[in-house]
Amino acid sequence: MAMTEQEILAGLGEIVDEVAGVPADQVTPDKSFVDDLDIDSLSMVEIAVAAQDKFGVEIPDDQLKNLKTVRDVVTYVQNAEVSA
Amino acid sequence: MRLAEGRAGARILALGGYQPTRVVTNDELAAAVQTSDEWIRSRVGIASRRIAGPDETVADMATAAGGKALAASGLSPADIDLVIVATCTPEAPIPNTAATVATRLGIVAPGAYDLNAACAGFCYALGTASDAVRAGTSEHVLVIGAEKLSQWVDWTDRSTCIIFADGAGAAVVGPVSDDADGPGIGPVVWGSDGNMADKIYIKDRQSFIFQEGQAVFRWATTALHPVAREACAQAGVDPGELAAFVPHQANLRIIEAIARKIGAPQAKVATDIVHSGNTSSASIPLALSAMIERGELGSGAPVLLLGFGAGISYAAQVVKVP
Repeated sequence: MAMTEQEILAGLGEIVDEVAGVPADQVTPDKSFVDDLDIDSLSMVEIAVAAQDKFGVEIPDDQLKNLKTVRDVVTYVQNAEVSA
Repeated sequence: MRLAEGRAGARILALGGYQPTRVVTNDELAAAVQTSDEWIRSRVGIASRRIAGPDETVADMATAAGGKALAASGLSPADIDLVIVATCTPEAPIPNTAATVATRLGIVAPGAYDLNAACAGFCYALGTASDAVRAGTSEHVLVIGAEKLSQWVDWTDRSTCIIFADGAGAAVVGPVSDDADGPGIGPVVWGSDGNMADKIYIKDRQSFIFQEGQAVFRWATTALHPVAREACAQAGVDPGELAAFVPHQANLRIIEAIARKIGAPQAKVATDIVHSGNTSSASIPLALSAMIERGELGSGAPVLLLGFGAGISYAAQVVKVP
């Protein structure tokens, strides 16, 4: 059962708030994790792991460098769900 | 054939810690390698660490910490019949550290062995000490975690030289009294994963510590909270009852991530790493003895210990504050 973009975005916002203390409403598609949200690579690992649990998709460490913006993660999750 | 008479349980009588006097700040490291105080504080959580003197040995530090714990316990050296030193950085393979430490402390003819489970070493040693007392094998055990990681660090490698440090911590373990309210050391939950042997290692005697930081971070922040919860379950202690959580002081971000997931929001979380660095098997007893010295924990309060590191090896148990 694929999630909508809004559902993934909302879920991701919850995760980022929990891991990095960034309010969920600031987690919008165009935001860059490093430059806009001040989230470093260690937090990205935590976010990826939490996203794996929440969305049921695999996000290995070597993919993290490609996930620069919030939209990158949402797109990744959507694509992974489709091909699951 | 028969067995020794067992005891109802074991407990920690006292703890003691030793840190070398030399303080190395982040700024001092930043003058030698490409790093900064801000980066180190945010990624690892360390503000300063202690480094042993060039002639200061693991046995020296172990003896210092062991002596403090022994003094605090009110026992005399003659009361100790087993000495276990958890260490992965002894200067030489033989003789072991434990026998040397015992002699220096005036402990006569105890059982003595070193135990290598890297950063999980203290929890492994504490588990075996508790079992020895319960089985009647031993009356009082001196359990020490002692490391001189600085002699295995490449001081030009900014990924490791900012993390590892030196120190020792010790605990005296003995039996609970017959009318005690349960054991003082809960069942140890331990395990390993040799598939990840290549994530933290020292290749040989001429090599330095290597660590694949991201993989270790990912593993530690996902695989360990179930172990922590299992240790609580086996001890019959709800995580919500814990007075403190004392994990191996590997990295402040790992500590905080695991702490968020164990269901113990009320527990004080040890953050000794800030001024101690990562001292492998010494980190847990150092952190716990410091918390007790600062009066942060009440006698009898339940505390969760969680060691983890190279191997991968890990071990956890709930203990009561002496």
